Amino acid sequence: MLGTAVIVFREVLEAALIVSILMAATAGVRSRNVWVGTGVLLGLGAAFGVALFAGEIAGAFQGVGQELFNATVLLTAVTMLAWHNIWMSQHSKKIVAHLKEVGAQISGGSLPLGYLTITAGLAVMREGSEVVLFMYGVAAGDSSPVEMLSGGLLGAAGGVAVGSLLYLGLVRIPVKWLFRVTGWIILLLAAGLAASAAGYLSQAGLLPSQAPLWNTGDILSEKSVIGQLLHILIGYQARPTAIQVAFYLATMALIGAGMKWIGREPGRRLQQVS
Amino acid sequence: MGKMFAAVTLGIAIPFLAMASTYEVNIKDHRFDPTTLTIPAGERVKLMVNNLDPTVEEFEGENFDVEKIIPGKSKAAVFVGPLEPGEYEFIGEFHRDTAKGKLIVE
Ligand SMILES: [Cu+2]
Repeated sequence: MLGTAVIVFREVLEAALIVSILMAATAGVRSRNVWVGTGVLLGLGAAFGVALFAGEIAGAFQGVGQELFNATVLLTAVTMLAWHNIWMSQHSKKIVAHLKEVGAQISGGSLPLGYLTITAGLAVMREGSEVVLFMYGVAAGDSSPVEMLSGGLLGAAGGVAVGSLLYLGLVRIPVKWLFRVTGWIILLLAAGLAASAAGYLSQAGLLPSQAPLWNTGDILSEKSVIGQLLHILIGYQARPTAIQVAFYLATMALIGAGMKWIGREPGRRLQQVS
Repeated sequence: MGKMFAAVTLGIAIPFLAMASTYEVNIKDHRFDPTTLTIPAGERVKLMVNNLDPTVEEFEGENFDVEKIIPGKSKAAVFVGPLEPGEYEFIGEFHRDTAKGKLIVE
């Protein structure tokens, strides 16, 4: 039972962390609950779909369909997070200003909130499909259904709990700092996802395979709890290849440049207004 | 568009994939068979993982970076390396007590 709980916990936590960060990063944006919630529900539905067709996906494209699928999902999430960060760099000051007025919440303005649905949905779909497959496997196997269910529920509850704690921790930060902090977290998160995507593309043979640049596996294993958290949050990898490091840095540079470029003008305008 | 994507993908993928020599490993009763594979160093190799169990397994490198879901009663190709000489462990993530294997790279 504990084994089931640990695996489900790990998968649920991955998705929960991304959802928590999205929620914290859009504090004050009205109707974000609906958009993120819809994403989570769609993601759950899609997870069952992916699990159902896992065999077909794995077998596609000469057996590397799963890697291509993972890379596509990750890169789409990176694009959505980039979009979020660049948009927020323009509007966060406005949101902060409104949040200071008691009870005043601004609507999303021109923020296309659909990206929240897509990002949350993708995260839940990817991790959820692994859980569904795994639970299905356990059910078809030898474990008793009661053990399986309690293990699964325990794991899911733990994942959601840690994700919520992170969210509560983040929203405790004064709003002025909140967007800066979540902006940085999302930047690192996106860079890490891009590096993971590069790994899958190498595994699929679309990018050349390389020996890792360095190996810090003995100091901090990716499989350890801290390693796992850092892997999700900042893209920590014990054995990154040059291509993965390049993807990581390029993603940070591109999103960072976009934030700087977009964020500059409205900020100045706002300062003049106030 | 799907077909075009497939053609482009395969066009790029095949040159890399074609070079790899293939090794086979089975999963049966949540165990690998054989448990030890010897592969050449500095080369990319293809592991055909044949999951004979009805349950899904995740093929995962412990100290090398590979992660792949292998649904029950199906086969999947896992590309490994290039690795430096040494011993590398892999596990079945979903049955880590029993599903353990080793790559000997030389
Ligand atoms: Cu996962």
